[in-house]
Amino acid sequence: MQVEIVITLRESILDPKGKASHHALENLGFKDITGVRIGKFIQLDVDTNDPDQARRAAEQACEKLLANMVMEDYEIRLPDNV
Amino acid sequence: MKFGVLVFPGSNCDHDAYHALKHIHGIDTTFIWHKETEIGSVDAIIVPGGFSYGDYLRSGAIARFSPVMNAVADFASGGGPVLGICNGFQILLEARLLPGTMMANEQLRFTCKLVHLKCESRNTPFTGSVPDTQTLRMPVAHGEGNYYADDELYKKLLDRNQVVFRYCDANGNITPESNPNGSVGNIAGICNESRNVVGMMPHPERAVEKRLGSDHGRFLFNSVIDNLSYAVNS
Repeated sequence: MQVEIVITLRESILDPKGKASHHALENLGFKDITGVRIGKFIQLDVDTNDPDQARRAAEQACEKLLANMVMEDYEIRLPDNV
Repeated sequence: MKFGVLVFPGSNCDHDAYHALKHIHGIDTTFIWHKETEIGSVDAIIVPGGFSYGDYLRSGAIARFSPVMNAVADFASGGGPVLGICNGFQILLEARLLPGTMMANEQLRFTCKLVHLKCESRNTPFTGSVPDTQTLRMPVAHGEGNYYADDELYKKLLDRNQVVFRYCDANGNITPESNPNGSVGNIAGICNESRNVVGMMPHPERAVEKRLGSDHGRFLFNSVIDNLSYAVNS
């Protein structure tokens, strides 16, 4: 089963990549874009058909390695059809 | 007395650290490959700068799970002196051997220049012999050196006197202008509660010869050598 993880910096944490990209978008004339936050997208292949088990594996992977819990949040997305 | 310098894939200041210790200070020094599970009979460990594992995921995040890091954690919990420099500091943060975390530089740029440092605590193995009035000069070279501690942790660091270095101007004044990366409280280096693990973004190993701009890094290496000599003789 494929599990998707989105990792974002917490709101209180400065996001220089997002800020720089936002400046560039402003320069390109995107007046209605008022903020940019840049995070990470991670796709895991988990050897199971059990969505709970897949979610647990992804959670542990985030807590142990993939996310820095001091400054990042993670969101786990399972396929719609499970 | 023997020093160990860790080597990860992507370390690039390991040879500078080796040179500083072996050739400038005349100390027996050995490289320790990250796959080693034991560090052998060393008296102090340097976690050098560079881009371990290409900084993939986050700076230091993957290196922290290298086999050698378990041995480093054991060494540190036994009171052994450990100095993390730049990426080495980031690795020690990820390994939770030091508190807090590192963010990208506030001004969005990789910063490579000489800075001034104020030594805020002589009560670590790496700063015991730093002269009282000396403002230190050494280079920084990093894109993610913006040290972050939330209010609670920052207060703890102050209460326990764990801030070891702050960025300052040439006269030792802690000013916003002398902060090269946006670090909270101009923090350039901290230590753990037991004070034997120190992490810093500036590079003392690149400041050991006057002809290369500064030899103030020698104060740090002299400190730990003095500290270990005293421990051996007493």
